[in-house]
Amino acid sequence: MELLVSDKIILAHGSGGKLARELIEKTFLQALSNPLLAKLDDSAVFDFEGRLAFTTDSYVVNPIFFHGGDIGKLAVCGTVNDLAMVGAVPLYLSLSFIIEEGLPQEDLTRIVGSVQMAAREAGVQIVTGDTKVVNRGSADKLFINTAGVGLVPEGVDISGSNARPGDKVILSGTIGDHGIAVLSQREGLRFSTRLKSDCAPLNGLVAEMIKVSPRIHSMRDPTRGGLATTLNELAAQSKVSIRIEEEKIPVREEVRGACEMLGLDPLYIANEGKLVALVAPEDAEAILKKMRRNTCGRGAAIIGEVQADHPGRVVMKTRFGASRIVDMLVGDPLPRIC
Amino acid sequence: MKFVDEFRRSELARGLIRSIQQHSTKRVRLMEFCGGHTVAIMKHGIRQLLPATIEMLSGPGCPVCVTDNADIDKAIALARIPGVILATFGDMIRVPGSRSSLQEVKADGSDVRIVYSTLDALQIARENPSRSVIFLGIGFETTAPTVAASVIQAEQEGMRNYYVISLHKLCPPVIKELLDSGEVKVSGLICPGHVSAIVGSRSWEFIARDYGIPCVVSGFEPLDILQCVYMLVLQIEQAESKVEIAYRRGVRPEGNQRALELMYQVFEPCSARWRGMGLVPDSGLRLSKAYQRFDAELAFEFDPGPAFEPKGCICGEVLRAVKTPRDCKLFGTVCTPASPVGPCMVSSEGSCAAYYIYGAAGE
Repeated sequence: MELLVSDKIILAHGSGGKLARELIEKTFLQALSNPLLAKLDDSAVFDFEGRLAFTTDSYVVNPIFFHGGDIGKLAVCGTVNDLAMVGAVPLYLSLSFIIEEGLPQEDLTRIVGSVQMAAREAGVQIVTGDTKVVNRGSADKLFINTAGVGLVPEGVDISGSNARPGDKVILSGTIGDHGIAVLSQREGLRFSTRLKSDCAPLNGLVAEMIKVSPRIHSMRDPTRGGLATTLNELAAQSKVSIRIEEEKIPVREEVRGACEMLGLDPLYIANEGKLVALVAPEDAEAILKKMRRNTCGRGAAIIGEVQADHPGRVVMKTRFGASRIVDMLVGDPLPRIC
Repeated sequence: MKFVDEFRRSELARGLIRSIQQHSTKRVRLMEFCGGHTVAIMKHGIRQLLPATIEMLSGPGCPVCVTDNADIDKAIALARIPGVILATFGDMIRVPGSRSSLQEVKADGSDVRIVYSTLDALQIARENPSRSVIFLGIGFETTAPTVAASVIQAEQEGMRNYYVISLHKLCPPVIKELLDSGEVKVSGLICPGHVSAIVGSRSWEFIARDYGIPCVVSGFEPLDILQCVYMLVLQIEQAESKVEIAYRRGVRPEGNQRALELMYQVFEPCSARWRGMGLVPDSGLRLSKAYQRFDAELAFEFDPGPAFEPKGCICGEVLRAVKTPRDCKLFGTVCTPASPVGPCMVSSEGSCAAYYIYGAAGE
C-alpha cells in the first residue's frame, strides 16, 4: 500500500512507524548521510585519541528563517563554535528535531539542506539524531537540540578563566548583525534592512589563530546577551577587569540605525559568527593580522585590554572620554516606550 | 549615520564642554524631566564631563516608573480574567505590582503579550474575535495619540473586542505639581524632547514665566544635551528665564496639532495617580464619553485588591528628585535589574536602572 504523502509534518511522522522511517530516509539521510549515520544504529561508534571537548545546546529561534540563515544553520554553527571556543577541532554532531505538527515538509527539507551546507563548511559530520513530532501548540514550529564532540590539540589550553592582566581583547568583526537581522523579521516588528545574520562556523578562523599562537588565553562567541554579557562572563571567570573603548568597537551602520530607532544597545545584541579572544599582548598583532585574512575575521580589531583592578568589572571609555560600567544583560532587550 | 553621528562628534562635544566651563560661574541644579535623557546622560558619561558647578537631577519622566502600584494591580487583575488577552509594551511586563507582576501572571497561564505598537494589539483583536484584547495604555503625550488612533480604527472597523486601560500621563501638570511642592529647588529644566514634539515648546512657558526657571527642550544625543546645558547655563548666568529649543529638528513651538487633535478626540483630562506623588489634577487621560465602550475598567468586573508599596523602596522619592538612586538602601544590593524591587530599576528609562547599568566607573 502506498503511504499518503503529506506536505506537512503530521503527528505520525514522529510515531516511529513507516512515516517516521520515510522522513528519516528522505529528509535526513538524503541530505546528511555518512557511514556513521547511515548505519542508523542507536549510537554512533567512532575512535578517538586525545583530549575530547563535548558540548550541547538547544535552538529555539523565532522566526526559523531569517536573512543570512535559518535554525538549521544556526544549530550547526552554534555547536561548532562552542567547540571551537575552547580550541577544539569539531568532529561529530548530533541533531535532535522537535517538530510542531503542521510544519510544512518543504520548510523542514530546506532547514536540513542548511544543516548539510553548514556541516560541510565546518567540516563536521552529523552522526546521530532524533525526531519527535509534538501536538500543534506544544512547540513553536521547530526546536533543534544538538551535541558536539571535538578534539583539543596538544598544547592548547583556552578557558574563560585564563585571562591575564595585560591581555589584549580582540573582537573578530562587527557586532549585533545576527540579533538585528532576526529582530527585523520578527512578527510585529518588521522593518526593512539588507542586513544579514553573521551566522557562520568559526572553527576555521580559530585553527588559524592557534597556528599563530597556541597560547590564546580565553575565547568566547558573544551570542545571546551580546558582547557586553560575554566580556562580563570572562571578567568574572578570570577575576580580572576588562576595559574597552567605544570608538574601537566595529558596528555596522544598519545595526546602529536599528538600535537607535528601537532604543537598544548594540553591545547587548546577539551575534552568531563572531568571537572575542583575550591574548597575550606580544601575540596580539600577529593574531590580528592572521584573523583579518579570514572571511570570518575580516573586521577584526583590538578593542581593549585586561586589567587587574576591580575584578569582574567591565568598563567602557566612551567616545567623549568619560567612562562607564558595562553590565550584563538582564532579560531580553526590549524596545523603549517613549 | 545621518542625524546621529552629527550629534556625537567628540570634537564638537569638547568645544561645548569648554564653553560650559567658561560660562558657568554660579552653582546650578539642572533637572532632566525625561527618563530618556537620564539614560543618555548616564550612557555617554555626560555628568563626568560637566564642571563641578553643575548638579544634574533626574525627574519623574519615565512612563513605566510613574505608574502607580494600584494601576499595575488593576492591569494584573484584568489580565487574569478568562478569555482576556492583555497586550502591553515591553518593560511594563516586569514591573512588580503589590503582589505579582504581569510576567508572573503570564507564567501562571494568563495571556499577556508584548507588542511593539498599538497596530499589533489591533491585529491580535482581529485574529481573536471570540476573545477580549485589552491594550495597557501607558506613556506620555508621545504615546497617547497612537493609542487614540487605535481606538478610532477599532471604532471604524466596528470591533467589539478591543479595549484600553488608559494609564496615560500628561507632563506639564506634573511638572507644575513638582515645582509647587517646593521640595526641590531647580535652577533650570531640560524639557523632554519627544513629549515636546507633540505638545510644543510653548507648553513650558508657564515654568519660565511663573517660576522664573529657564527651560530648554533637548534631543537625546550627547550634543543635544550638552547644547541644552550650555543654553541653560547662559540663561542662568544672564538671569533670564525663557523657553528655548535645542532640538529644532524635532520640536516646534506649537507642537503636533494633528496628534493633539487625535488625542483629545478620544481622551479627556482627568486626575491621575503618580507613583510617589499621589493624585495630580488633570495629569491623566481617560476615554471621553463617545469612546467609553473601549474602556476596559468599565467593561469588565475585577478586583485588584488593596495596593501597597514594597518596603524600603524609595522610587517615589527618586521620581520626585528628592533623593537619588544611590540614596536607596536597596540599590544594587537587594534591588538590581535582575531582581527589581521598584519600577525605577525595571524600566529601560528608569533612573535606578540607568545608574546601575551605566554607573560611572569608580563611582
